[in-house]
Amino acid sequence: MSIFINKDTKVLVQGITGSTALFHTKQMLEYGTKIVAGVTPGKGGTEVEGVPVFNTVKDAVDATGCNVSVIYVPARFAADSILEAVEAELDMVICITEHIPVLDMVRVKRYMEGKKTRLIGPNCPGVITADECKIGIMPGYIHTKGHVGVVSRSGTLTYEAVHQLSTAGIGQTTAVGIGGDPVNGTNFIDVLKEFEADPETLGVVMIGEIGGTAEEEAAEYVKNNMTKPVVAFIAGQTAPPGKRMGHAGAIISGGKGTAADKIAALNAAGIEVAPTPSTIGETFIKVVKEQGLYDQVKTHAEKQHV
Amino acid sequence: MNIHEYQGKEILRQNGVKVPKGIVAFSPKEAVKAAKELGTEVVVVKAQIHAGGRGKAGGVKIAKSLDEVEQYAKELLGKVLVTHQTGPEGKEIKRLYIEEGSDIKKEYYVSLLVDRATSRVTLMGSEEGGMNIEEVAEETPEKIFTEVVDPIVGLTAFQARRLAFNINIPNNLINKAADLFLGLYKTFIEKDASIVEINPLVVTNGDEVIALDAKFNFDGNSLYRHADVVELRDYDEEDPKEIEASKHDLSYIPLEGSIGCLVNGAGLAMATMDTIGYYGGSPANFLDVGGSATAEKVKEAFKIILSDAHVKGIFVNIFGGIMKCDVIAEGVVAAAGELGLEVPLVVRLEGTNVELGKEILRNSTLNIVAAASLADGAQKIVELVG
Repeated sequence: MSIFINKDTKVLVQGITGSTALFHTKQMLEYGTKIVAGVTPGKGGTEVEGVPVFNTVKDAVDATGCNVSVIYVPARFAADSILEAVEAELDMVICITEHIPVLDMVRVKRYMEGKKTRLIGPNCPGVITADECKIGIMPGYIHTKGHVGVVSRSGTLTYEAVHQLSTAGIGQTTAVGIGGDPVNGTNFIDVLKEFEADPETLGVVMIGEIGGTAEEEAAEYVKNNMTKPVVAFIAGQTAPPGKRMGHAGAIISGGKGTAADKIAALNAAGIEVAPTPSTIGETFIKVVKEQGLYDQVKTHAEKQHV
Repeated sequence: MNIHEYQGKEILRQNGVKVPKGIVAFSPKEAVKAAKELGTEVVVVKAQIHAGGRGKAGGVKIAKSLDEVEQYAKELLGKVLVTHQTGPEGKEIKRLYIEEGSDIKKEYYVSLLVDRATSRVTLMGSEEGGMNIEEVAEETPEKIFTEVVDPIVGLTAFQARRLAFNINIPNNLINKAADLFLGLYKTFIEKDASIVEINPLVVTNGDEVIALDAKFNFDGNSLYRHADVVELRDYDEEDPKEIEASKHDLSYIPLEGSIGCLVNGAGLAMATMDTIGYYGGSPANFLDVGGSATAEKVKEAFKIILSDAHVKGIFVNIFGGIMKCDVIAEGVVAAAGELGLEVPLVVRLEGTNVELGKEILRNSTLNIVAAASLADGAQKIVELVG
C-alpha cells in the first residue's frame, strides 16, 4: 500500500515533447512508472520513447485510460493544462511547473471546486511511491520501500530527508512534494489524512518552511486526528522578514509565517522538530524508538555514508 | 516587484480611483516648479523610496510656501532615510513627490491581497487608518473587516458597500468609498498585483474619499504580460547583486553575515543558512542556483557571492537529483580557478554522480575542503571563517 500512486497508476505526461519533459519521461520510464500517454497540441499521432502522443487530454484518456497526469508545460500555459486535466476528470494532476502567476492559480482553484481531480503542486518535485511509481523530477535511487510517509513544501530538502532515512535503514511508502507556491492544490492536512489512513505507513516526516500558516494548521490537525508519529523540520529560521526566499510562498510578511511560530505550534501539538536539516533522520529514529516502532520501520541495513 | 508611491497613484488615477494631484521631482528646482503648478496653499513633499514608514522617519514634510518646498526638497534629496522597513542601512532619497495638501477629516485603512488560506483575493479594511495594520490586527482584531472575493464574479458592489459600512465611512459617502474599492479591485486584477495597500484612505472635509498613499507589489511571475509595469522598475532601489543574479536566473538575497552560500533548491538553501546559524556562523546570502544549473551558472553565482566584501568564506551545498554532481564540481573548480579565490571554500556534494564530482574536487590543485554532510560542511566553514 501507499498513498495517491502505485504500480497500477497510468500516467499521462502533459507537454511531453518539451526538453525537460522528455528527459524526465525517460527517467520515470526507467524507474518503472507506467507512462501510457503524452499530450502536446499539434503532435497527436506521434510517439515519444514508445509513448503515444495525443492532441488533447480527453483523447489521451479515451484511448489509454490514464488516470494521473504530470505537467511540465511552461508557466504561462500551465494553468490551462491543469484546467484541461480537471475537465477530463483525471484522479490527480501533478504540476511540476514553477512561476505560474498566482491569480491564474486563484482561478484554477475556483474552477476545481466540486470537481473530482486532486491537484498536487504547482512548483513541486512530484510524488513517488518507492519501487512502484515515480512521477516528477526527484532522483529515484535515494528512495527505498518501507513504512514512512514524507510530505514537504521543498524539493531538495525532501531529497535530503529521504536520503537520511534510506541511509539509516528506514524505507518509505510515498513521498509527496506539495510545492512552494502560496496557492497550491494539496496541503499538509490532505496528505497527513491519507498517511493516517494508509495501513502501510507507520510514521510521517513533514517538512515545512517560512510563510503562511499551513504548518500551524497541520499541527492542530495532527494533535486532534493522528495516531501515527509525526516528526517535522522547518526551513528558514535565519530568513529575514519581507524577503521571498526563492519560493513564491516562502516569505515572512506582517510578522506572520516565521519559523519560530511554526516550531512553537508543532511542539505544542506534541510534534518533535529536528533542530537542523541534518538531523531529520535521527530525530525520526529517536521518536519511533520512544514509541516502540523502530523495529517495524527499520526495513534494511544502514548504508555506508559516502 | 515594487514601485514608487507616485507611480502607484498614476495607475490608480487611470482606473478612476481618486488620488490627490501630484508631480514627481528629481531636484529642488523641479520641486518648486511642481508646487507652483499645483498652486495649492499647502503642498506635501514626500520622499519616494521602496519602503513603508516614511512619515515616521521624517520623509514626509508639509510645506506652506515655495521657500519651504525648496528647503525641504534640499533637505530630503540625497538623504538616507532609515525606516522600520529599510533595515539599518536605510535608503537614499533620489525622487520626491510633490502633492497637493488634503483637508483630512478622518483616516482609514484598505488593502487587497491574495489570502493563502482561502486561495482568494481578499479586500481588507479598518477605521484605524494611518496606523501599522499589523499592530491593529494584534491589539484590536475586531476592527479589521474582510471581504473574500469569488473570482467568477469579482468584488461585488454589495461587498464593497458592506466593507464601507463596517469601517464606519459616513453614510453619505458610502457609494464614493465603494466605487473606490471597486476601482482598487479592478486595478489589482488587471495588473496582477499581489498587494495593493492604501494607508491611509481619507475622507476630507469637502466630502471626498481619496487614496492618500498607494503601496503596490506585483507578482513577479506575471510580469511577462505587463510590459507597462516592468517599465516602472527602479533599479536604484534594488541591490546591484540582486539585479545581476536575476539576469542569470539565480535566486539571490543578500544578508548581513560573512559566509557565502551556494545551494540548489530554495528549501535546502534556507536550511543551509539555518545550519550555519546553528553552528554559530552567519550567512552572507541566500542563493538558489535552481534545478538545472550549468557550470556557467555556478561561475556567475560565485562572482556575485565574491562581489560582497563581507564574504570571508564560501559553502557550496548541492544535493544533485537531476543536477549531476560532476557538472557542479567542474563549475566550482573552473570558477574558483578563474576568479582567483582567496577565501576558504567548503564543498558538500551528494546525489547523482557524487563520486565523479568528489574526484574532480580532489584532483584540482585548489584548496577545497570536502564535507561529508550538510552539518559537517557547515561546521567546517564556520571554523575556517572564525
